[in-house]
Amino acid sequence: MTTTLNEEKYTANLSASELPEGGIWTEAGSSLMRKTGDWKVEQPVWDKTKCISCFTCWAYCPDSCLKVENGRVAGVDYDHCKGCGICANVCPPKVSALTMEKAR
Amino acid sequence: MATLKELATQPAGEKFVGGHTSCAGCGYPNIFRLALAAVKDPVVVVGATGCCEVNTSIFPYTSWKVPFLHNAFENSAATCSGVEAAYYSLLKSGKIQENNTRFIAFGGDGGTYDIGLQSLSGAMERGHDMLYICYDNGAYMNTGIQRSGATPRYANTTTAPVGKVKPGKMQKKKDLAKIMVGHNVPYVAQTIAGNAQDLVKKVEKAMSIRGPKFLVVLATCPLGWQTKTQDTVKLTRLAVDACFWPLYEVENGKYKLSYDPKDKKIPVADWLKLQGRFKHLFKPGNEQLLAEVQAEVDKDWADLKALCEFHSKQV
Ligand SMILES: Cc1ncc(C[n+]2csc(CCOP(=O)(O)OP(=O)(O)O)c2C)c(N)n1
Ligand code: SF4
Ligand code: SF4
Repeated sequence: MTTTLNEEKYTANLSASELPEGGIWTEAGSSLMRKTGDWKVEQPVWDKTKCISCFTCWAYCPDSCLKVENGRVAGVDYDHCKGCGICANVCPPKVSALTMEKAR
Repeated sequence: MATLKELATQPAGEKFVGGHTSCAGCGYPNIFRLALAAVKDPVVVVGATGCCEVNTSIFPYTSWKVPFLHNAFENSAATCSGVEAAYYSLLKSGKIQENNTRFIAFGGDGGTYDIGLQSLSGAMERGHDMLYICYDNGAYMNTGIQRSGATPRYANTTTAPVGKVKPGKMQKKKDLAKIMVGHNVPYVAQTIAGNAQDLVKKVEKAMSIRGPKFLVVLATCPLGWQTKTQDTVKLTRLAVDACFWPLYEVENGKYKLSYDPKDKKIPVADWLKLQGRFKHLFKPGNEQLLAEVQAEVDKDWADLKALCEFHSKQV
């Protein structure tokens, strides 16, 4: 999924009069600008050759970090992954396509 | 029911995105990711103050890609019912034509079992076409783990701490689903964040009904429960297997179990022992407290089964 966000609008130093009135968020999904990926101590490693695209990891990642491309699971969004380890835990044991390692 | 693949591969992408500030391994976000993926119509979401609202909507950042409204801690149901009423008024006066927008309100257990209960009760009783989703993590987590009406007996919280005199919260958890059934609404269900299939099925069923619907969803809070982040999904599943939090639905007042662990029922201690908030129950001398919790769970489970059995025999 590609999102085009008006980063300028948020990253610039805006004066009170330039801010949207009434505390309205004007950019849907703008939290993607916040890179929560730097929180992690561990990170998941996804093995493309083992993955069966059952989408279990996708369903349980609290941070929507399992990428989906062409109808298949396509890796991890490290910009937002917090390294909780849920995905590796729910990946079916017989498949084991996700494993945790020390974050770099 | 939509499969996980169908939910994950919708062309428009997700309606609830990452970059929010929930703790690593938090349990509630996937309730909203999955619920929104399961709703096909345009949807408006109204949220009560609490972790979910605070973490997903600190200005100028928002994780919601649907219209989202936050008002206050105690009134997400009232606010949502007002939005719904305004929508139907605009429809009636012909200012908008297409009658397909749906309404979802949410709150944490503090915002629902306690402070938002009267506004929820009013909205349900007035019969608005809305789904209320309570994510129940068993305490006021956002402000530092204060006990709520949903905190289980003997859990450690900052306002009912474990000490020399008391072993945590002394009172039993409220049965919120039962309170909502008492509102005679068409659909009430109990589920967990750790069972995507059951959750999605219940959201789909709720959205197929016009009128007030209520869902209460057990969600792990690794911070407040003092649990490992990777165990978040497993923990709510164990709560079901222990029959502490059974999966069921109540359609037009009739109770129906969604899952019966039967001979796979586990002792409640197997669920409690993974959580730091209950670690005092495993100290020597506290066997009686543990036995008390087990007896309470067994009694409630037997009552629920009997009720479901009774309703299954009615036509
Ligand atoms: C009227 C009012 N009282 C107190 C607060 C402070 N407050 C903000 S979030 C929160 C806790 C919310 O708890 P809960 O509804 O259980 O959701 P959780 O944080 O656990 O997700 C409190 C007490 C507030 N915002 N408004
Ligand atoms: S480690 Fe946690 S945040 Fe990272 S991709 Fe897995 S489930 Fe998502
Ligand atoms: S305090 Fe608990 S509920 Fe709140 S974001 Fe953290 S883990 Fe989630």
